[in-house]
Amino acid sequence: MSEQAPEIVPGWETVIGLEVHAELATATKLFSGAPNRFGGEPNTNVDPVSLGLPGSLPVLNEQAVELAIRVGLALHCRVQPSVFARKNYFYPDMPKDFQISQYDLPINEEGWLELPDGRRVGIERAHLEEDTGKSTHVGGGGRIHEAGHSLVDYNRAGVPLIEIVGAPDLRSAEDARAYVSELRSILVSIGASDGKMEEGSMRVDCNVSVRPVGQAEFGTRCEIKNINSLRSLGRAIAYEARRQVDLVTSGERVEQQTRHWNEDEGRTHKLRSKEEAYDYRYFPEPDLVPVEPSDEWIGAVRDALPMLPRERRHRLAEVAGVDTSAAALTVERGMDDLAVDAIAAGADAARVLVHVENNLADGVGALDAAAFAALMAMEVGGDLTATQAKTVLAALVADGGDPAAVAASLGFEAMDSGELEAIVDGIIAENPDDWAAFTSGDEKERKKKSGFFVGQVMKATGGQADGRAVNEVLARRAAG
Amino acid sequence: MSPSAVEIAAAVRSGERSAREVLEEHLAAVDAREDEVHAFNLVLADEARAAADAVDAAVAAGTDPGPLAGVPVALKDNMCTRGVPTTCSSRILDGWRPPYDATVVERLTAAGAVAVGKTNLDEFAMGSSTENSAFGVTRNPLDPTKVPGGSSGGSAAAVAAGFVPLSLGSDTGGSIRQPAALCGVVGVKPTYGAVSRYGLVAFASSLDQIGPFSRTVADSALLLEAIGGHDPRDSTSIPDPAPDLTSVLDRGVEGMRIGIIEELSGDGLEGIAGDVRVRLGEAAAALEAAGATVETTSVPSTVYGLSAYYVIAPAEASSNLARYDGVRFGLRVDAPNAGDMNTATRTAGFGDEVKRRIMLGTYALSAGYYDAYYGKSQKVRTLIVRDFARAYEDFDLLLSPTAPTTAFPIGAKTADPMTMYLNDVCTIPSNLAGHPAMSVPFGLGDDGMPVGVQVLAPATGEATMFRAAAVLEAAAPAGHPLVGGALVGGAPTGGAS
Repeated sequence: MSEQAPEIVPGWETVIGLEVHAELATATKLFSGAPNRFGGEPNTNVDPVSLGLPGSLPVLNEQAVELAIRVGLALHCRVQPSVFARKNYFYPDMPKDFQISQYDLPINEEGWLELPDGRRVGIERAHLEEDTGKSTHVGGGGRIHEAGHSLVDYNRAGVPLIEIVGAPDLRSAEDARAYVSELRSILVSIGASDGKMEEGSMRVDCNVSVRPVGQAEFGTRCEIKNINSLRSLGRAIAYEARRQVDLVTSGERVEQQTRHWNEDEGRTHKLRSKEEAYDYRYFPEPDLVPVEPSDEWIGAVRDALPMLPRERRHRLAEVAGVDTSAAALTVERGMDDLAVDAIAAGADAARVLVHVENNLADGVGALDAAAFAALMAMEVGGDLTATQAKTVLAALVADGGDPAAVAASLGFEAMDSGELEAIVDGIIAENPDDWAAFTSGDEKERKKKSGFFVGQVMKATGGQADGRAVNEVLARRAAG
Repeated sequence: MSPSAVEIAAAVRSGERSAREVLEEHLAAVDAREDEVHAFNLVLADEARAAADAVDAAVAAGTDPGPLAGVPVALKDNMCTRGVPTTCSSRILDGWRPPYDATVVERLTAAGAVAVGKTNLDEFAMGSSTENSAFGVTRNPLDPTKVPGGSSGGSAAAVAAGFVPLSLGSDTGGSIRQPAALCGVVGVKPTYGAVSRYGLVAFASSLDQIGPFSRTVADSALLLEAIGGHDPRDSTSIPDPAPDLTSVLDRGVEGMRIGIIEELSGDGLEGIAGDVRVRLGEAAAALEAAGATVETTSVPSTVYGLSAYYVIAPAEASSNLARYDGVRFGLRVDAPNAGDMNTATRTAGFGDEVKRRIMLGTYALSAGYYDAYYGKSQKVRTLIVRDFARAYEDFDLLLSPTAPTTAFPIGAKTADPMTMYLNDVCTIPSNLAGHPAMSVPFGLGDDGMPVGVQVLAPATGEATMFRAAAVLEAAAPAGHPLVGGALVGGAPTGGAS
């Protein structure tokens, strides 16, 4: 990605790479038959394996592998034979005091994700690992080292995660939010995850560094944890970029750290430095065998993939004759099938996208493509004004039906062109100063007064007039 | 001499003897000598009586209780038993009762066996003498001043003392075969993956394997058939049913090619005692006499096995034993915060040898040392696999001593860990390769204590291995007169063949 990004601090470029953990939507945990279910009484979705009891052994969940392959294919990764490894560190909510993850041989490597505007962000890897439990530290401000006691819920322990490591290709908070939104759309569309950041089923760690614009080398990065919403993501990046620029410009050095985002305070604070980082002592998990999905399996998963958001954007953009950014909202709302079908049935593409954007935020309800297309034809043909079309559209969403019949039942009839010209002429006569301004030759004035006259005509017709037709009459009169 | 498992199962299945009667005889034997031997951490007399009565009820109802009908079995105390303490002979598991049975325990029950207790071991199976137990040493029933070997010393002693005809041990670097040799009984480490590890408390996952102890080769075959075969709960389990062993035992070794591993048997290796070498030579001669061709061969990288093992096994152990943190089960020593509680619990709960290996393993996996230690050891492991594969191009089986010496006095090797570790020099290569190997008693050493001969086979070569073991058993010089003990208060039927 090379386009100019908005600078958080002028003269400085922010470099961002995201690590996203998403819980996979499996029926059971990654290595046991305990249910993978959000909520529930603490320590009820557990079994010997997910509690890490002595003698228990992990058995890989095939469904989790399939979902991971889906993610890999959707992110254009190389899906490859992989090996699980143990990541060793002590923490009370990690039952075995090691996490089974993937290290040097992840299941998916080297892919990319395309943002709505067409820019591509590199995906370094997307690997499988197990989730931890959840600790609640009681007393001492909720921090483990000061707490009076801690409670641990292992319901989440062993839930399958896909960790998606993005390349440091992002350059702004907007980029980062767009990336996470797109990733979430992909994960949801392929059924891999429900992508709910608020329930923690999708979690974002953010690596941020800064460098003077034009500098090739990366600055020293910090990793920010505890980002729980897209809004936090943007705020945390902006805060962290400014903090780092302030350090460098005041002659200090950015230390490589892991930092914690505090949403209430709106700032990050240091968790640990590089020197204090854990030595995870990774080694291959001896209780599991390598995962070697066959080409047939990978092919079958590929064939079963639904159309992805990117493909939907490109399809709609092509059909509608717009760029992919303009198609993004319709795709995000899941209305691109409707839009494509309506356009194929003859609807005006620009009007379709405008109505989706402005008038269908709450869903399409009973609206179908044929009715949508018919309505657009009425609007473009001048049988309905834009305002009337909006009213009819709302009725179609609510109850369905034939747009012409709905329009008729609402008393919307096309205004006779002679009738409209008479009304326009009357209003011109009543407002000579405004008309003089309209015809003065000043483009700004003309635009302003155009709005005035259309408004007056609307008032006079009770909204029945078509704004475009009014403008046409005005133009003809001005031309003499 | 108490009856064999084969004899007991046949008698119980036919209704000739009751499982309860068999059990009471064995419990009486336990009562008579357990205080002296200390084979058990826990004797499950009441549970065993209930199990025996269930077997008898099945027989009375005309149902076959299974191939191990009424056979008393002892379990090494690192195998999970539902609701019954499972300690690994460690303080750190204080009070823990597993909520589930190990696969082997389920299979024993399904086969009609009667579990009589949990046997002592070196803490977390780390040791070669059963002196590293938090609950005291186990003594060799043939000479109580001597060790029974380890780490499955309790299981070996229980069979040697006649407490049970069968027991289960686990073998990570020789922990079944070495105590079998030192106690004068048969001990088998099956192919890695032949017996499910589900419910076996892990020491070193890539090396651990459960296997039988018995006085006769046929009894071990019977037990291995009952516990072996695929288990979907162990990802490293071989996807095949247990091989048929009992019906091939009498097929002999006619035409087999057997190689004596030079590096583990003769002048190539320091510390193999003269009397052990003599017995090995006699065993080779016996196999030759039975129609095999026997010659010395080289498996060069086996000499590095011990070094590689003492990196790989501690590395895996350092990770496997991390979960004993005081949070969920077992011992907890309270402290002001979670981290200090972990430290206090582990400091109090683990013994010295366990701590030593956790430290060794943690070091070997550390950033900057991984390649030099763990990485290099894995390369050695690959070499050993390759060298064995070459040897098995020319030979059906390999032969070596099981242990360098006969049983040594209690306390003789506790001061120097390296001396202790050398006990496993002959047995470790099979664990590193994942191959089966077994120890067969073959006469006595100069001190009158048993000598074991090790038969090694390629992966899944158990059937061939057992055929050779049966030949050695039949040809063996007289064993120790106390092996199998003497039943107290009951009339033994028959002998151990």
